[in-house]
Amino acid sequence: MKILLSGTASDSHTWNLVYLGLFLEELGHEVTNLGPCVTPELLVASCRRHSPDLVVLSSVNGHGYRDGLAAVERLRAEPATAALPVVIGGKLGVAGCRQEADVTALLRAGCDAVFGDGDLDALREFLAARDRDRVAT
Amino acid sequence: MSTAPPPFGAFVAAGASVGRLVVQPRMGFSDPGAMRDGLTRTKAATATTVGTLTIDSYTRVGDLTAARDAVAEGARLNGYPIATHPRAVTRSLLDAVMDDGFPVQVRHGSSRPEAIIRALTAAGLDATEGGPVSYCLPYGRTPLRESVASWARGCELLADGARPGGVPHLESFGGCLLGQLCPPGLLVAMSVLECVFFARYGLRSVSLSYAQQTDRAQDEEAVRALRRLAGEFLPAGVDHHVVLYTYMGVYPRTEQGATRLLESSARLAVRAGAQRLLVKTTAEALRIPTVEENVRALETAAAAAALAGSPPSPGEGPGAGPGADADSEVYQEARTLVETVLGLHTDPSRALLMAFERGLLDVPFCLHPDNAGRSRSFIDPAGRLRWSRTGSMPIRPDAGADATELTASGLLTALNHVAERYDRAAAPQPVG
Repeated sequence: MKILLSGTASDSHTWNLVYLGLFLEELGHEVTNLGPCVTPELLVASCRRHSPDLVVLSSVNGHGYRDGLAAVERLRAEPATAALPVVIGGKLGVAGCRQEADVTALLRAGCDAVFGDGDLDALREFLAARDRDRVAT
Repeated sequence: MSTAPPPFGAFVAAGASVGRLVVQPRMGFSDPGAMRDGLTRTKAATATTVGTLTIDSYTRVGDLTAARDAVAEGARLNGYPIATHPRAVTRSLLDAVMDDGFPVQVRHGSSRPEAIIRALTAAGLDATEGGPVSYCLPYGRTPLRESVASWARGCELLADGARPGGVPHLESFGGCLLGQLCPPGLLVAMSVLECVFFARYGLRSVSLSYAQQTDRAQDEEAVRALRRLAGEFLPAGVDHHVVLYTYMGVYPRTEQGATRLLESSARLAVRAGAQRLLVKTTAEALRIPTVEENVRALETAAAAAALAGSPPSPGEGPGAGPGADADSEVYQEARTLVETVLGLHTDPSRALLMAFERGLLDVPFCLHPDNAGRSRSFIDPAGRLRWSRTGSMPIRPDAGADATELTASGLLTALNHVAERYDRAAAPQPVG
């Protein structure tokens, strides 16, 4: 798959993105790594330019729920990206544990999956399922 | 403020002169009451402390609307929105705590710092942190040219905006860059270069930073190199000290491992002559720490430093102390980088831009478009951080560098190297 990997608007962290870039490449995917501090506008523009099969958002600064929601809402509002699969994961809040209300809000806004901090097995399974679907269709 | 706070640099020097390491948390809350509580309890800790106002991520990236909206909704931010809360709110929060025994530094991470510097000087503050490279390249996407121009103006604002009698202080974040896996020569060079930049734009009091890496001896070389190079490259009359950061990378998960790593950084600061230490807490690997956890970290670090003896006084040469190695590998490498960059142009702004354009400075693992991205580092079998690739930098990669391609699991092992070493040491050992 062609994967667009991105940080969120206010998140300056990079190691998560460097690591995920290598991880996704080793699973056989083609990765474009946008780096940190990606605004919803830049994310949409980058999707137009790269036409990915999937967007992976990663955030660890505690604003992940809020910034992730703005990002996915914007992607869903644009005709070109309205149907593009989007997943998000990381340390998404300041509390250090998964906030179910926020997860629900992200899913309702159009995220295809919300992964917990470091839950790479879940991400790997999600990607494998996507690949199977793509082969089947 | 009951009494005017002393200049930040003078407070740290006074601590050093009586053999006390100044310790400082990283702490920021959006709610002014919580922020005041954090400062009050930092001040009351059994340690020589300075306070911290860490600014939230929205303010850091200049999205003041998002910061305002979040405050209006009552959402918790990851720091204090200094440019959003009314000036009177910030003043009254400081009024309760900042005095002649307790200076406060603003920490933020903005590549465009003017709004934050205006807000902090308006609130009566005059100590902050950052730099045109260290607050731009590693963590954002602002073009380096814009960050350099913005920081030049920011320095002038800070230098001119101080209260009468104040001596504004600016700390370079150059010794941290991506936090871990950057060989010390580049970290030391970046701190020196940014402080030269600050002095050029009017600052008379600066600090040079270094973040603890993987190897104790190499870290000592780095702090000593920083002290020596500061003396060699900063203009005469510019007050300066070295600030050490407790390990900035992946932190040990066990309480014992986390505590031991913190204590080791306090001892490193004392042995090598850093005069201020930014601490980390036992909660670091898990979440944003509470005030209690921060206070405990400050007291743990101060106790470890006190047991380690006295830091070398400012008058003592950087080579002083046991194991001193003035012409160390780190010193040589950092000096080569600093000389190369300053030799490019007499204006440090131009010199920094030219250096990155030509890849003469190249931060490993940094995704920023203005970074060449041709350098790579590794941890050698003895635990020392080394270069596997140096790109166009005027330094050589290590002869024994492992040429195999970096994998995700290899990177993860390197990122977790320190955390695992300390967690392992903390675990109960099997008998026999």
